[in-house]
Amino acid sequence: MTREQQVAYWKHNLLYVVAVLAAWLAVSCGAAVLLADSLDAVRMGGFPLGFWFAEQGAIVAFVVLVAAYVKLMNALDHRHGVFEDD
Amino acid sequence: MGAVAWTWVLVAASFALYLGVSVYARGRNASQYYVAERPVSPVAQGMATASDWISAASFMSMAGLMAFSGRDGSAYLMGWTGGYVLLAVLVAPYLRKYGKYTVPQFVGERYYSRRARVVALLCAIAISFTYVAAQMRGVGLVLARFLGISVQAGVLWGMAVVFLYAVMGGMRGITSTQVAQYLVLVVAFLVPAVLMSVALTGQPVPAVGFGSPLSEGGAASLGVPPGRMLLDVVNQLGAELGFRPYTSGWRPRVDVLMVTLTLMAGTAGLPHILVRFFTVPKIRDARATVGWALLFIAVLYTTAPALAAFTRVTFLHAVQGTSYAEAPQWFREWEATGLVAWTDRNGDGRMQLSGREDANEVAVDQDILVLAAPEIARLPAWVVGLVAAAALAAALSTAAGLLLVIASAISHDLAKSIFTPNLLARNEIRLARLSMGAAVVAAGYVAAHPPGLIAETVALAFGFAASSFFPALVAGIFWKRANREGAIAGMLAGLGFTAACITWFKLLRPDLDSQAHWWLGISPEGIGALGMALNFAVTIAVSLLTAPPPPEVQEMVASLRYPGSGRRPAGPAARG
Repeated sequence: MTREQQVAYWKHNLLYVVAVLAAWLAVSCGAAVLLADSLDAVRMGGFPLGFWFAEQGAIVAFVVLVAAYVKLMNALDHRHGVFEDD
Repeated sequence: MGAVAWTWVLVAASFALYLGVSVYARGRNASQYYVAERPVSPVAQGMATASDWISAASFMSMAGLMAFSGRDGSAYLMGWTGGYVLLAVLVAPYLRKYGKYTVPQFVGERYYSRRARVVALLCAIAISFTYVAAQMRGVGLVLARFLGISVQAGVLWGMAVVFLYAVMGGMRGITSTQVAQYLVLVVAFLVPAVLMSVALTGQPVPAVGFGSPLSEGGAASLGVPPGRMLLDVVNQLGAELGFRPYTSGWRPRVDVLMVTLTLMAGTAGLPHILVRFFTVPKIRDARATVGWALLFIAVLYTTAPALAAFTRVTFLHAVQGTSYAEAPQWFREWEATGLVAWTDRNGDGRMQLSGREDANEVAVDQDILVLAAPEIARLPAWVVGLVAAAALAAALSTAAGLLLVIASAISHDLAKSIFTPNLLARNEIRLARLSMGAAVVAAGYVAAHPPGLIAETVALAFGFAASSFFPALVAGIFWKRANREGAIAGMLAGLGFTAACITWFKLLRPDLDSQAHWWLGISPEGIGALGMALNFAVTIAVSLLTAPPPPEVQEMVASLRYPGSGRRPAGPAARG
């Protein structure tokens, strides 16, 4: 990659990192802890919603976030022609 | 066959399985001796990471903690899964191509400094030692129950077992054995959870049963009217006895947040997990491995709170009001280990549970709950044995692996590579064995007088990792300006602050370990997050006030960031 391409690549990576971390914060600190009380008023099956987020929802969200990051970065690698082939 | 007999059969069977798999795997590799070892797929690598990750803390202690603390336990659930997001985006992809390195060696390279490497080694030893002590407790618990001895005696025997296992190489590092172990752990955890879920709610998937209404049979077994939600019944049965509602917590929000952050940051800073990512050749495989690991871990972590709730409600029903003379068999057997106790406060000969300290007659060490759950739920003896065998395997393998980390840090890194380079090979080995022995004994002592539950003790290790390695690595990768003075000062400040808090509340003044005395209202389990912030602040400030890193180092940092170009550059020789 040329210098320019490296700079562009890294910028995009940072963008994705910030996006993933923002979502991560929203789920873990936000939904599951700080906003939990208000969310608890809503019921989801046998769960108060805030409780569900803390015990199950957050974990699901984390799996989705990592999967999203992997996909985004693979696409970025392809766009810059640096996707590592086998 | 009784539970004890089944336990020994299954322990022997599982170890035979691991041995068999490792012999088979080695045999296959031997034929490829002159060819590079076939690269491991991210799926397999992820499963191996998951099996490494699931130690006595996740397997035994976490569900037990949740059964008693309810919602506050979610800090552990989120902390130990959310950390994988941090690992995936901030750390793991950038470590590849460093081959046989350890995290302290990487720190020494990135910060072009032998001193940084020494500081990193001390951090790694602090983290690993605390972690080992927690595992020793787990080993001690299992042995105590199944040998019918006190927990202190169990820890003593455990020391010998762990030491032997570690010296034999602990069968670590072979992906196939770790895949086998993961499968054993998950099956052992799921079997009681599924059976209890079906018995109580008719739902086979425990995570679903968690949020379901009780079945007819389930309601009848608990002596409550049918048709109500499981969690409502858990709340209600607890409330009748004066416990706080299960679905709300007691810890201040600030502290729950801090504990969660500490555990998450620590996850991305654990040397024995990070070391796995040094040998992944492709950056995209490193990311994918983290994803797979998280998925496999999530299988257990979404089941754990369900198991906790099932166990709690079954335990409450089985114990409350039962006359001591007619106490269930499992109660008596656990009493012999000293981990369950009954004091007849109201003189009626019946066991009374209460949320109020002064009225509660039954004391239970929460760490035993997962082991005891199959017995409490009256599941077949082989289930009891399966859970025990898996718990033992989880604790032993983690303990052995960490002891090897400590031993090699002392004998190879500190002694041979840095302070006494003329150390003879056989003396290096002797030093390694000696360090392992000393560490086992010290860890055993801590395990016999634990600072808290296994999960809480492990949380302390995470506090050390969060306040020392996590900032050093993240700053090292994302900020070229981070220099050795900043990193050293940062690690010392972060670790020092965290260690001071933990030593104060856990070692020197445990009588003060309560919310009223905590620093800034944050528990020792959560103080690592503050230590992390301190580390970042100090690293940034000191780096800006001192000379920038040499251009070769800045180039090295740049090269970490891009795929394909990650050929390990000839780094500058470590300069003091």
